[in-house]
Amino acid sequence: MGGTKRVLYLKGVATLRLEQEFCVGCGMCLAVCPQEVFAMAEGKAFIVEPDACMECSACMMNCPVDAIRVQSGVGCAHAVLHSMLGRSGKAGCSAAEKPGNGACS
Amino acid sequence: MAQVATELGRRDRWGAIAVRFGVGRMRYTVEPGLYAVGFPDDDSPVLVTANYKLSFDHLRAALTGQNIWIVVLDTEGINVWCAAGKGTFGTAALCAQVETHKVAQLVRHRRLVVPQLGAPGIAAHAVKKKSGFAVVYGPVMARDIPDFLRNGMKTTREMRRKTFPLAERVVLLPLEFVIAGKWALPLTLVMYGLSGFFGPAPFGENVGLHGGWAVAGLWSGVIAGTIITPVFLPVLPGRAFSLKGGVAGFLTAPIFLVFLYSGQGGTGNVFAGLSWLLLIPAIASFLGMEFTGASTYTSLSGVKKEMRLAVPLQFAAVVCGLLLLIWSWRL
Repeated sequence: MGGTKRVLYLKGVATLRLEQEFCVGCGMCLAVCPQEVFAMAEGKAFIVEPDACMECSACMMNCPVDAIRVQSGVGCAHAVLHSMLGRSGKAGCSAAEKPGNGACS
Repeated sequence: MAQVATELGRRDRWGAIAVRFGVGRMRYTVEPGLYAVGFPDDDSPVLVTANYKLSFDHLRAALTGQNIWIVVLDTEGINVWCAAGKGTFGTAALCAQVETHKVAQLVRHRRLVVPQLGAPGIAAHAVKKKSGFAVVYGPVMARDIPDFLRNGMKTTREMRRKTFPLAERVVLLPLEFVIAGKWALPLTLVMYGLSGFFGPAPFGENVGLHGGWAVAGLWSGVIAGTIITPVFLPVLPGRAFSLKGGVAGFLTAPIFLVFLYSGQGGTGNVFAGLSWLLLIPAIASFLGMEFTGASTYTSLSGVKKEMRLAVPLQFAAVVCGLLLLIWSWRL
């Protein structure tokens, strides 16, 4: 994409799904994604770089027709460790996941 | 309603440095509410931000010469991106604040400029329905706001893309180091004292012989994980942060061993060498993995995947490394 070399995280793990038949082509997912995961062709959005998805859920939140699904969370090992140790809300930083997603909830 | 300056003062600069070192970071806030930059009127743009003072200062410093309304949401002193993930920077909070401060009576237009990184907490269509205001997503970086406004409130591709360049990684180093130091410092003191109980000589002599090296070795791992790994992040091999950190540790360990063997006048034995080849990469791997939280492109699914493999390996390496180290002291 665009010639700039991008650094990607792990391959094939992101939980992002787009149901294209519901897409109305509004372009909100392209507008909010900070990682250029989406592109638009013939009035429909599609996923061009699934491995770049950081599961922030901005696209899902802003899709007016609920065509996008992603298990959202923050990619933070510290928070994951704290949740595994059974400590909640004390990740030592501001990062936290949405309720029901494990760490910090 | 307060009018704010777009020039940062000495207190703001020192405050920013302090929070980068973790001092007062969790209570570095501004009062939520409505602020004016310059002399805004009923046509002026309305910008939304969080009440973390560092975010607020970045925003106002980018608005020199502009006339703008700023709506500050109560995110409990947390930045926009993290607060959006948490939900405190969210649709409900935004609509409530717009209502409380009667923004609809303040301006004739019906547009709210929300930072793009706030989007994980905001549903633009829901805000429109609830408040009557359309959400316009602004650039990722506050410094792009003047261009964004000049562009007729349109972001370019570059403005929407979150990158993680060296300068942005470097400002995070002090905090990474301070956070790691909080457990590394007591741990190294324990190791320092522990070195006295092993070995043939009396306590003080053992400590003198091994204690300092134990401390230096552990801190080599901390430096490899919290400084070397973030700085060289894109060029370190692998995608997993634990792997990148481990590699940084493997590259750092021989440097430490050169000092160890030459410093001990050739008395450093093979067990000590082996132990540090396990301990330094393990510590660096763990701390490199911790940097996932500060980075801008890791996913929760990915972090969980790498942890499933990395954490048991790190644990095993630390246990074996410590046993070897203690064994080496006995000789």
